[in-house]
Amino acid sequence: MQQLLTTTLSGITLGFVYAAFALALVMIWRSTRIVNFAQAPMAMLTTYVALTVIDAGYSYWIGFAAALVAGFVLGAAVEWLVVRRVDSTVEINPVILTLGLFIVFHSVAALVFGSQFRSFPAPFGVRGFEVGDTTIALTGFGVFTILAVLAVLGLLLLLFRFTDVGLRMRASAFNAEVSRLLGVRVGRMLSLGWALAALVGSLSGLLIAGGGLVHPSYMDPVVVYGFVAAVLGGLDSPMGAVAGGLLLGLCLSFVSGYLGSELVAMAALLVLVAVLLVRPGGLFASTVQRRV
Amino acid sequence: MNALTVTDLTATYGPVRALDGVSFEVAPGCVTAVLGANGAGKTTLLRTLSGLVRPIAGTAHLGGTDLLRTPAEEMTRTGLAHVPEGRGVIAELTVRENLRLGALGAPRGRRGRFDLPRIYELFPVLGERRDQVAHTLSGGERQMLVIGRALLAEPEILLLDEPSLGLAPRVVAQIFALVRDLVDTDGLTVLLAEQNARSALSIADRGLVLGLGRVVADEPAADLADDVRLRDAYLGN
Repeated sequence: MQQLLTTTLSGITLGFVYAAFALALVMIWRSTRIVNFAQAPMAMLTTYVALTVIDAGYSYWIGFAAALVAGFVLGAAVEWLVVRRVDSTVEINPVILTLGLFIVFHSVAALVFGSQFRSFPAPFGVRGFEVGDTTIALTGFGVFTILAVLAVLGLLLLLFRFTDVGLRMRASAFNAEVSRLLGVRVGRMLSLGWALAALVGSLSGLLIAGGGLVHPSYMDPVVVYGFVAAVLGGLDSPMGAVAGGLLLGLCLSFVSGYLGSELVAMAALLVLVAVLLVRPGGLFASTVQRRV
Repeated sequence: MNALTVTDLTATYGPVRALDGVSFEVAPGCVTAVLGANGAGKTTLLRTLSGLVRPIAGTAHLGGTDLLRTPAEEMTRTGLAHVPEGRGVIAELTVRENLRLGALGAPRGRRGRFDLPRIYELFPVLGERRDQVAHTLSGGERQMLVIGRALLAEPEILLLDEPSLGLAPRVVAQIFALVRDLVDTDGLTVLLAEQNARSALSIADRGLVLGLGRVVADEPAADLADDVRLRDAYLGN
């Protein structure tokens, strides 16, 4: 019973982090049909920005905000300076490009911030709450993780549903040419989409780093888990990304808790293969059948 | 109200001259039908006017605005709305979201002739389906949606590309009659590209016939409708 509770709670916390990362992948996929493999090192870089700010003597929260702003700027810059320049009529080109950025950002981080392990602070306790005389697996930082991801998800939904700029962003993603004819500055909307996605990615980077160690590769496993979570959710649906993240977090937590932590990576792969075999459109696909 | 003036417009797709020295004028408050067979250059003409195709020569002005120097995403703010061929609804958005998007493109400070209630009055079916996702609409409803959406941008001139495509004759007649009404009551100017010459000429004031990218006739619609030679050669019905 105790272990079931522990496994479930840590699975949910982990799941929300994967959800944030998957959400970032989904936002870029929806707007530009690119799987952004550079999402992980981008989040790693912005976590280093936070660490630099915190090491300079500022509070955790200033560092936190600095990382999110850096993520926003970095996302827009990557779209505007690099992704837009590549000929994307061949679909593989931008994907190879993001793989290239993956390597470049790794090298940049090693050059600028060094490649040793550095510890990253957490704003809340990373020890479990005590209920009576037992310690449960839910930590203060875990609660913060869940609330932060829910808040971001809620804000994004409000943005997309109820604001003009959100409507313009969705229209640009669905049909760029028609959107231009309706007066939407599509290029600007795509940059904004990348910027917001990278901001969400930065959040997941901060949440994974909290109370742990960072180094230039610390986000790399998350790329795999975040991608599996996104595919699980249909790659096209923000809600699907969050549900996929949660499901994967729980699944991997149970594998780790009951079967052994060395099997986690393999389990993620099995989940990916199973989903692609059974429901290639994802569990929550919202793809519209286009009538011609 | 401004006239559309086009001179010597020439556009190419690779080695093909899709438009070859096209000149014409569209008077405000009129329907001008652009007729011709498939590949005559009708769609290219509309896409060039709205900035989607860059011409290699010629001029196009809407009043004082140089259309060829205006990017496509600025067009609605100059008073030009283009309803592309094949409907152009954004199928993943709801009817109301599609319409909202149209209104966002309206020129700033333009006095509104068209607002949501007016559009729902013109097209009651859009009001009934306002919260449905657009891909659930029928072909005729989609055509109404894109016309309604274009009207919300408060255009002076509306470019319609093959609105009759794939629609039942009864629906075509209904939509064309409505377009004619808007021209008569609101002073809208319409450039209507159509393969369905008979329907188009029934509501048009003038007809412009294109053949292989050139203007082969530019006459009052009534004369064109009676011109047997032209009909056999270019219009096919």
